[in-house]
Amino acid sequence: MLAYLAKRLFVALLVALTVSIITFSLLHLSGDLAQSLAGPSATAADVEQVRKAYGLDRPLPVQYAEWIGKAVRGDLGESFFLKVPVSELIADRLPITLTLGICAFAFALLLSLPLGVLAAVRPNSWIDRCALALSVLGQALPSFWFALILIIVFGLKLRWLPVSGNATWEHFVLPAVALGYYATPAFMRLTRAGMLEVLASDYIRTARAKGLRTTSVLFKHALRNAIIPVVAVAAVQFGFMLGGSIVIESVFSLHGVGYLGWEAISRADFPVVQAIVLILACIYIVLTLLADMLNAVLDPRIRVR
Amino acid sequence: MTIDSFVSVEELLPSRGALLGARISSHTTFAIGAGVVLVIFAVALLAPWLAPHDPFAQDLGRRLIPPVWHDGGSWTHVLGTDQLGRDYLSRLIYGSRISLLIGTTAAAMSGVIGTTLGVLAGYFGGRVDLVVSFIITTRLALPVVLVALAVAAFIGSSMQIVIAVLGLLLWDRFAVVTRSATMQVRALDYIAAARAIGASTARIIAAEILPNIANALVVVATLEMAQAILLEATLSFLGLGVPPPAPSWGLMVAEGKEYMFFSPWVITIPGVALFTLVLAINLLGDGLRDLTAPEHRA
Repeated sequence: MLAYLAKRLFVALLVALTVSIITFSLLHLSGDLAQSLAGPSATAADVEQVRKAYGLDRPLPVQYAEWIGKAVRGDLGESFFLKVPVSELIADRLPITLTLGICAFAFALLLSLPLGVLAAVRPNSWIDRCALALSVLGQALPSFWFALILIIVFGLKLRWLPVSGNATWEHFVLPAVALGYYATPAFMRLTRAGMLEVLASDYIRTARAKGLRTTSVLFKHALRNAIIPVVAVAAVQFGFMLGGSIVIESVFSLHGVGYLGWEAISRADFPVVQAIVLILACIYIVLTLLADMLNAVLDPRIRVR
Repeated sequence: MTIDSFVSVEELLPSRGALLGARISSHTTFAIGAGVVLVIFAVALLAPWLAPHDPFAQDLGRRLIPPVWHDGGSWTHVLGTDQLGRDYLSRLIYGSRISLLIGTTAAAMSGVIGTTLGVLAGYFGGRVDLVVSFIITTRLALPVVLVALAVAAFIGSSMQIVIAVLGLLLWDRFAVVTRSATMQVRALDYIAAARAIGASTARIIAAEILPNIANALVVVATLEMAQAILLEATLSFLGLGVPPPAPSWGLMVAEGKEYMFFSPWVITIPGVALFTLVLAINLLGDGLRDLTAPEHRA
């Protein structure tokens, strides 16, 4: 177990480092930062001055080394536009995005786990078909459009829920539904497939033969094993949700990290964009690492591989 | 508790009837998906003949006319007009070109990248596999929407940039699927036979491996095409994809956003078009998978 853990940890660190290099070079190579900072009307001399002032005239590897050296100590630089430390900006906004992510995640699980179990218990029944239809339709819905439709129906026509801002928990309902819906197809399919496989296994037959109650067989014996693949995908999906929150946050004007990222992108606030990509990637890496650990605990066979 | 409340084991195994049903339904899924995709392709090709008006012609005197089924709609503008008085049906028709062009080229580009990586990893295994798996893990850790937006914003957004960015970002599923498919095929006897008669590695990959993983590739290609279309719409919606005045469906939703309460059709129409296209491509892919992979037929 320890060797497995050490190996996974090493790979995770390597991935984080590579992501930081890619992000840094991608953003530095895609345009002249000094030019966009100085503005379109700046003279060549102004641009040069800006370049010197921000240290952009030094070789890229030097700039990268300085940035990553500070980043591991929690200093992510200063926003070009807002003139405050990036880490403060992100610390302010992260709770909102995490709240949104957790609500969306909870919504996705609450919808997909029961549906997946029911669909597996009665394959090819109407409930199985409904679940399938729901997941096929869900994969084709553009998230920004679904969010707007939710706003029109529940916010503007029915006036049930607020559609913009983050003042109360009610503000999170529509964004969470819009964001969480995207994880449901994957969860539902995996739960269904896992349950189908487990329910056909010998130990379930034994459990039934012993005369255990259906609920006990389904939830205590079957679901526990069927859920292993869901755990692995759940972590990945949560990471995708945080990444996808940029769309939902900008539609609902939720001032989370995604919204901050979008604002920063549109005003070429480079240190902020860089930091957000790195942080989202790191959250994703940590989550997949945790999922691997959890999987290894749930399924001892994985540890020996 | 009665015996009926138990699920019998037999019930969990697909019956012959259910298997037959599943085959027929995957044929129907495939037929519906393929039909709709073909129609949209035809519309895109024939756009200049089908569109009743110039999709770029503005007429500020005829702004936000509702579609024909609403009060105040007319047959001159079947789907109404947008906030600049441009004919919505014509914009919708020309917009299908953008979605299909970006969907196919981005999927083709990511297909080449992903398949190369996946086949190399699956065929050579060992260190090559380690490196490729690492590249895939790294790619998965990058938040796609954010990176695509940032690059498009800093380089300057255009159709070519959107295609390049999506093509460079969406290859992960190709790589994952071709890697495991190649591993399976590689272990089979005919590969050993090909090697025994002295076929070169390049020949084995081109003549033995690729044809045998082609089914899986086509299925992934449809999924990625759908993905690329959705992402293009998302980027355009956020203002960093295809620049105006191009009639990208995502951009049409973004431009209509301010008017959506009193003129909801300005966002429902392009949204439904996008949804229909993506759904049809997904159905086509699902149907193909079920038809070509007999082991998953149940």
